[in-house]
Amino acid sequence: MSFRIFVPSDAAAQSMGANAVAVAVQREIESRRLDAVLVRNGSRGLLWLEPLIEVETQAGRIGYGPVSAADVKTIFAAGFAAAHPRKLGKVDDIPYLAKQQRLTFARCGITDPLSAAEYEAEGGLKGLGRALDMAPMAIVQEMIESGLRGRGGAGFPTGIKWRTVLQTEAPQKYIVCNADEGDSGTFSDRMLMEGDPFALIEGMAIAGVATGATKGYVYIRSEYPHAFRQFSRAIEIARESKFLGRGILGSKYDFDIEARLGAGAYICGEETSLLESLEGKRGQIRFKPPLPAIAGLFGKPTVVNNVISLATVPAILANGAGFYRDFGMGRSRGTMPLQLAGNIKHGGLVERAFGLTLREIVEEFGGGTYSGRPVRAVQVGGPLGAYWPTNLFDVPLDYESFAAKGGMIGHGGVVVFDDTVDLAQQAHFAFHFCAIESCGKCTPCRIGARRGAETMEKIIRGERVVENTELVRDLCETMRDGSLCALGGLTPMPVVSAMEHFPEDFDRGAVRAAAE
Amino acid sequence: MLNKTPPAFDHNWDPETARGTIESLKNLEGPLLPILHALNERFGYVGEPAVKLVADILNLTRAEVHGVVSFYHDFRRDPAGRHVIKVCRAEACQSMGCEDLVARLERALGIHISDTTHDRRVTLEEVYCLGNCALSPAVMVDGELHGRATEEKVLALVGEQA
Repeated sequence: MSFRIFVPSDAAAQSMGANAVAVAVQREIESRRLDAVLVRNGSRGLLWLEPLIEVETQAGRIGYGPVSAADVKTIFAAGFAAAHPRKLGKVDDIPYLAKQQRLTFARCGITDPLSAAEYEAEGGLKGLGRALDMAPMAIVQEMIESGLRGRGGAGFPTGIKWRTVLQTEAPQKYIVCNADEGDSGTFSDRMLMEGDPFALIEGMAIAGVATGATKGYVYIRSEYPHAFRQFSRAIEIARESKFLGRGILGSKYDFDIEARLGAGAYICGEETSLLESLEGKRGQIRFKPPLPAIAGLFGKPTVVNNVISLATVPAILANGAGFYRDFGMGRSRGTMPLQLAGNIKHGGLVERAFGLTLREIVEEFGGGTYSGRPVRAVQVGGPLGAYWPTNLFDVPLDYESFAAKGGMIGHGGVVVFDDTVDLAQQAHFAFHFCAIESCGKCTPCRIGARRGAETMEKIIRGERVVENTELVRDLCETMRDGSLCALGGLTPMPVVSAMEHFPEDFDRGAVRAAAE
Repeated sequence: MLNKTPPAFDHNWDPETARGTIESLKNLEGPLLPILHALNERFGYVGEPAVKLVADILNLTRAEVHGVVSFYHDFRRDPAGRHVIKVCRAEACQSMGCEDLVARLERALGIHISDTTHDRRVTLEEVYCLGNCALSPAVMVDGELHGRATEEKVLALVGEQA
């Protein structure tokens, strides 16, 4: 019987040589006349092991990683039952994966991402099938009861947004998927669009049925060319398979999707900037109200949701709101796909119910730093998220617990730094980044970011450190309270957390005095 | 002319080709970004004649089109070198020494970030996040992503010696 050999086509796997590995695997299959098929799957999310190849055997899927093209020959020569230095054993048994609770990423890395048949065989389209038999309000109710909150970063209840769009009468409504994943340390949107694109398509179709929208846009950042190509192909296949287009799955509902490419502006991850950009304008943010749910894309009621939020919808509809809500803690229900990044030994994707502590994430899953030096700081939630010291590592991952300590979960990026990090430089970078990416609409962000960067430079040089530190704190308050959107409003979070938890890095006067 | 080696992309501005490109996309909802991406890819940059042509066809002012072109980092005002290296300088890559990588590449190529070498062989650019944050530092060379990047690896990809 024919068996399958999997080599990921995920961009991260490709970045470590997966394409050359795939060529080598194909060559071995042919020269050895094996009855085997090469499948380009998504990534399992064990990124330090990429390229991670898997061989389907009687005993399950056996993994090897990280594999180079040169390793492939020796793996095939030894035979899959034999030992090999790169052999990982059964991939599902690797603790990093075995300890996860994969709902949103249930299929990612397991299936052929572009096989509609396999998608359906692995539980896909069940949620959409159920939604098509429900009244729109019942779907919305199910979403509200699931407790799903926007995974893009803001954490707003997804079902409430949908309800507003459903209840707003209009001849045309839109579903817009925010795939402008610009936060450093995050890659879950990219992995999902490359590894299980049909889940996003199905989620958007359900959103369309629930709200009365017939057109969807996916705004993918241009830094993700692989994801854009993969997702565009998936849209074509979904149309051929009739779960996009006129009368989806033989129902009375029409829904279609178009993928659009961003153009390198971080601010377009902010929902109103994204809408402006889709309309062909400068990506400047809009005043709210009106909410996009009432007057969004081209002035029409629009659902704007993140990739992960939408890709989680099929699992909620398929298994019921209660199933999803039973995961998590407090007001943070369900699972969160975390991304372990930066100076970390075992970087990758960890999907677990809310409630995990930073210590479990960084030490148990992450295995400490890549450099082998002690962990000093962790930034959670992207460039606008707080820097956490190790003495706060027991805070449970939950929207409210994080907020209570002056931080946020954001899109779930966890960036680890070792003891060589200089938090004053990181605070400077936060302002610098805001200055580069500010849309320029409001003064606190446009001017504040520049003045903040300049003042941090003075502190780093040891100039009037006490006065300048006070000035930075004051500026942070102005930016936080006076900015129109999260870019200017949250830039103070990394700055203030760095000053709060790592004051020694800001005390440059002492350093200079000692030198003199 | 027969011996002329074909460039990596067509730098020669051709209004008729451009018009065809614009006309084929102008009926999209919100057509401006897709059009600018198509022109940027076809000609390597979006110059003044392109701005004027787009404005004419979409019935926008040149100022409006210029405003959009200049807002986004992706649209080039001048052609890039034959190879484009984009080095990620965001936090995850900082934690793995991307600033050192940038300094080394600048020294090896004899240019600063955002510049192109004198022989127009290599353009060196910064980017904020390539989504490869578990395998930092990340670099994109001519549209291909590379993880755990080093000076030697990157220079080899563009045919330069470290």
